[in-house]
Amino acid sequence: MPDLSPAPVQDPFPPERFTGPVVVADHLSVRYGKNVALNDVTALFPPGAVGLLGPNGAGKSTLLKSLLGFLVPEKGSMKVLGLDVAAAPLEIRERIGYMPESDAHIPGMNAVSFVAYCGQLSGLPATDAMQRAHEVLYYVGLGEARYRNLETYSTGMKQRIKLAQAIVHDPDLLFLDEPTNGMDPKGRDEMLELIHDLGHKKNVNLILSSHLLPDVEYTCDYVVVMDKGTVATHGPIEALKGTHGRVFEMRIKGDQQRFIEVLRAEGYEVHDTDEDVVRVFVPGSSDTGAKALFGLAARERVQVRHLRPSIPTLEDVFARAVGEV
Amino acid sequence: MPIHDQGYRRYLGSRSAIGRSWQVMTRTGVMSMVSKRQFIGLMLFAWAPFVVRAVQIYVSATFTQASFLAPKGETFREFLDQQGAFVFFVTIWVGAGLIANDRRANALQLYLSKPMTSAEYIAGKLAILFLFLVSVTFLPAMMLLLTQAIFAGSLTFIRNNLYLFPAITLFSLAQVLLASTTMLALSSMSKSARFVSVMYAGLFFFTTALFNALRGITGRSSFAWLSPGASLEQLGDVIFRLPPRYTMSPAIAAVTVFVLIAGSLWILMRRVRGVEIVT
Repeated sequence: MPDLSPAPVQDPFPPERFTGPVVVADHLSVRYGKNVALNDVTALFPPGAVGLLGPNGAGKSTLLKSLLGFLVPEKGSMKVLGLDVAAAPLEIRERIGYMPESDAHIPGMNAVSFVAYCGQLSGLPATDAMQRAHEVLYYVGLGEARYRNLETYSTGMKQRIKLAQAIVHDPDLLFLDEPTNGMDPKGRDEMLELIHDLGHKKNVNLILSSHLLPDVEYTCDYVVVMDKGTVATHGPIEALKGTHGRVFEMRIKGDQQRFIEVLRAEGYEVHDTDEDVVRVFVPGSSDTGAKALFGLAARERVQVRHLRPSIPTLEDVFARAVGEV
Repeated sequence: MPIHDQGYRRYLGSRSAIGRSWQVMTRTGVMSMVSKRQFIGLMLFAWAPFVVRAVQIYVSATFTQASFLAPKGETFREFLDQQGAFVFFVTIWVGAGLIANDRRANALQLYLSKPMTSAEYIAGKLAILFLFLVSVTFLPAMMLLLTQAIFAGSLTFIRNNLYLFPAITLFSLAQVLLASTTMLALSSMSKSARFVSVMYAGLFFFTTALFNALRGITGRSSFAWLSPGASLEQLGDVIFRLPPRYTMSPAIAAVTVFVLIAGSLWILMRRVRGVEIVT
């Protein structure tokens, strides 16, 4: 008797394709001549959406280019998707998508030809590449402009087309280097939405390199903070934001300098700002910080004119990591 | 599932890029060129000497009074020399922008982020120019040889001149490799295809002018190695068993051509990389 039970439906977006760390950098050092771009970087990027955060010149792009095999490290080793970058660069590149920071396209092509061509270069058969090119162009919002020559595209459209060529072959890992560069606010929001969707709904592992904290905070769950060619901190964003305590912005009437000294004597971390506001870091996760500060102010006969708990953001994490707080 | 979500699906088909990407590049590059009507015009025009020679062979084979037009081994050498002009134009048209345009559009980092080595990238680009140049040198020359056999109705000429097969192959290869590698190396050194064209033309005209000036002053042609074109001519004479036209040793001519090709490949390997490093 024939089996009439329905065929099992395949989940179009299985949760993870690679469960180990997607990238491992082990004591990695890269130089441009005499300039050290990466200095003994050891980092582990878990699966999912990971932000690579840091100011310009921190070494984010250098790290991505090293992972792609564009740069040969002076020392150290790298693994991408469990494969050694030095030993299997082509196998790695077959499984990753790269969206470069700078404007990049192949001249003389329209969008659909370009994306299909990139798909073929990544190993897709011509018909599959063409079909997926149409699909991803609709996905990134360029469906209506897909027959236009790339050289007529605006900056925002060029960013989208770079994303399309990076995902056309359905990579296991995406490297996105400053994906919102040069985009207007609306386009930027849409791009972030796409990246969030890829990382969270389509379960594509991605590493987003950016100096824009809100971009990383919105799209990623884990962050690696880089500064001056080293890893300043790393961890899940929520954990980095939440475990250290709360920051209060405080303005007082009275001898501010003396009160700062009192606060420090009580064990608080206090930072004076350029204005008459001090930032007080109260360790721990309890909500008694404000009460304690009011208590101290009363004891020292100082009038509190302003006290506002600052919601910890990735900016605080970043500032703490690079020693700005 | 909302339409937005359907825009991106997992790809469940097969992928086989490693070692094959250069073929995709070549195929796309060739298709891009043949889609240009003016270029097709040039390619057809490049076959005009073949038609003329074919008529010459036909007339000589058909009319005994015109037997003085019968082809000799030298005829094929002359034919390939004449094709040199088309080699020059096709090289400039096809080759000038091959890498320069990619550099202008920052496409190298896109190519090299795909499963492709820089050697494969170079091979893919070189193959585009190589194919077009072969189709205006080796292909018509071989066709001419076959035409001779067809019009003469015998293989006597071919049997008596069997060396023509390797000679045409070797000389065409030298001609095509010299032009394509030199052009590609120049193309990798600039972001402007126009500038590359000027550099290529300058390289050949200037070196030839320099050689001719020295020949005029000294009365000797042993400086032919200064000119890639003259070196190639000297090499061609030897390959086709003709008396060399310059006093330069054929070995030096061969070394000149070899050094130019090897030097161009060395430049290409250094210039084609995914990241610009300025130190």
